[in-house]
Amino acid sequence: MTDLDEYGRRARAWLDAHARDLPREADLQTARAFMAELYDAGYSGITWPAEYGGQGLSAAEERVFQEAARDATMPVGPFGIGLGMCGPTLLSIGTEEQKRRYVRPLLRGEEIWCQLFSEPGAGSDVASLQTRAVRDGDAWVVNGQKVWTSVGRQADFGLLIARTDPDVPKHRGITMFIVDMHDPGVTVRPLRDMTGQSHFNEIFFDDVRIAPDQVVGEVNGGWAAAVTTLLHERVSIGMGATRTERPTSFAAMSEAARSRGLLEDAAVRDQLVDLYVRERALDLFNARLSQEVRAGIQPGARGSVAKLLLAELLMNGADVASEILGPDAVAYEDGEGVVARALSFAPGMALGGGTNEIMRNIIGDRVLGLPREPQVDRTVPFRDLKVGTQVKEAGA
Amino acid sequence: MKLILDAEQKELAESVREFLAGTAPMARVREIAESGEPYDGRVWERMAGELGLAGLAVPEEYGGSGAGHAEVAVVLEQLGAALTPSPYFASAVLAANVLLLSGDEEAAKTYLPGIAAGTLVATFAVPAGPGPVARGEVLDGSVPHVLNGADAGLILVAADGAGGRGLYAVEPGAPGLTRTPLTTLDLTRPEARLEFAGTPARRIGPADAGEAIARTLDLAAVALAAEQLGGLRRCLDTIVEYAKLRVQFGRFVGSFQGVKHKLADMHCTLEQAESVVRYAAWAADESPGELPVAAALAQSYLGRAYFQVAKDHLLLHGGIGFTWEHDAHLYYKRAKGSQLLLGSPRSHRADLAERLGLLA
Repeated sequence: MTDLDEYGRRARAWLDAHARDLPREADLQTARAFMAELYDAGYSGITWPAEYGGQGLSAAEERVFQEAARDATMPVGPFGIGLGMCGPTLLSIGTEEQKRRYVRPLLRGEEIWCQLFSEPGAGSDVASLQTRAVRDGDAWVVNGQKVWTSVGRQADFGLLIARTDPDVPKHRGITMFIVDMHDPGVTVRPLRDMTGQSHFNEIFFDDVRIAPDQVVGEVNGGWAAAVTTLLHERVSIGMGATRTERPTSFAAMSEAARSRGLLEDAAVRDQLVDLYVRERALDLFNARLSQEVRAGIQPGARGSVAKLLLAELLMNGADVASEILGPDAVAYEDGEGVVARALSFAPGMALGGGTNEIMRNIIGDRVLGLPREPQVDRTVPFRDLKVGTQVKEAGA
Repeated sequence: MKLILDAEQKELAESVREFLAGTAPMARVREIAESGEPYDGRVWERMAGELGLAGLAVPEEYGGSGAGHAEVAVVLEQLGAALTPSPYFASAVLAANVLLLSGDEEAAKTYLPGIAAGTLVATFAVPAGPGPVARGEVLDGSVPHVLNGADAGLILVAADGAGGRGLYAVEPGAPGLTRTPLTTLDLTRPEARLEFAGTPARRIGPADAGEAIARTLDLAAVALAAEQLGGLRRCLDTIVEYAKLRVQFGRFVGSFQGVKHKLADMHCTLEQAESVVRYAAWAADESPGELPVAAALAQSYLGRAYFQVAKDHLLLHGGIGFTWEHDAHLYYKRAKGSQLLLGSPRSHRADLAERLGLLA
């Protein structure tokens, strides 16, 4: 038995003992308690440097743990943004003081983080953001609005990008900050999404003051910082993907078809086979990526492949499910809306963390090395661009 | 489950790739395809002799080197990438496997050493529907599509006898045997229709060889998927390189989203195709219980995937892709031929439905 096998065996034993009966949608207190236990057992921040509270192990151990945790219920949802994106960004480009102050509490679930990137006028084109941070004596003063912010209501801190120089091209005038979400100038409003629930929030900043030592990376160097975060985001979503419960899985849908006597129908069988083939092909791809990581090959931008395929699988699954359930998929008695929920949720994966079109650009540019699209806004000062609400001003 | 190649397998792939690039470049492939010859005899001799490829998965006691189906898959991936016309699939995959699985020691001893050395080219005639009928050791009937059927030096036939579907060996000069070469869309892979009229044949293995035949077809499905993967990968590599060089409207065509996004989707297809093939090859060697589902999965996925990628590869070349001189049509035709070689995609999906228990 290799060391990695032994590591996996111990991880499974721990998970069996500690993560078996927890509800996935646990309340915040339960979730925080679990994170503390996870941390104390040595499974939080597996690849993070030991000096800041991590375990200092390799990506191979991380993957082994992920595989072991596939079938465990770990209520880690509120910490996903911090663990997947904010923490890795701080470790990459944060100051020594920032790493010492923030990383350990993040790993123990004591402090929750959110990511403040998207704006109403800057979604896929994140660098067109209009939230401003202006230097005023001993502080930066932030005004503006962010949107699609997960865990914004629970968050203690946010990783914010804001415009600090509108006179240079848009990518060059952005700075990244750590913002205290409890600051009185921060207003969080839940945003209801198409599932009817509030996974996201919109956040308003009114004269929020941020100390200069809370700048992450260089002033006006925030675009590079944001790219670092977004890369972590895709890997994080891609890796989490296999854990996602699928009410529209092949197993669930073939059972539904069987109980409705629809397996006699060759067209239904063919749709189920198609769902099986897609599901299995993606599972096998994820498994192959895992084996590559264990062998020391890093997936890099190929994480975007997994995310794109998952988004398409979820939409396909919802289609197949609605064929099988027919009118029952869209009008049902309380508690029977599994497929309706899947239908509502399906477009989310194709939008969150970058749209499918953005994923295809990333695969084309970074995996296949294709020439980039010419970008007209690379050299124009931000002030002169037609961007979001700035369009009218530019036309005037 | 092992889904990545080890160092030895990578080395094997590299040596086969180099050999084919040196001895059977596309210009030579075209010459053979247009010549009416089924394959290049000298290349086959060296593949089988120097490289020992024909006997790769044949046990050592029959003159082979006793490697696994995963190694055969590695070889086929390269043959599929280079479109090499060769009797490898007919002889080293179909015929060798059915002989081994028949459990007929004597037949194995008689034929396998020649097959492993490449000096005997064999094929396996297996009809999708009702087959020839065996009365004792005499065959009547026909098989419509037989790989290398006109040139093979030994024909193994699945025929229905009193005890079930059995396996029979027919010599090429046997009386009552008619071999009619077919005109094939894919010029790199010859097929023939075989007719048997009171043709003497020697029965191999038990009267009911149904299981051996079914397993041979599953192994062939996996092997074919590996060959399809090689072609798919070559098409994608080629078109990606082209998209980086070709300029239209003052830009590299690969920078247009209409092109880039299609190439990204083709890459996603490749990533999944490779995963499915590695899994199926692993199951063939290590997990026989999973093989039936894995084999049907491999053909269900690869048949469509390779043709889709080969088609887009041709289309993205623009008008040049439609010319005889360009290689794109050779891959397009191979992809379509392969998609139908062991049955239509529909039939593989029907098999998969059955094996997943959807018919029960």
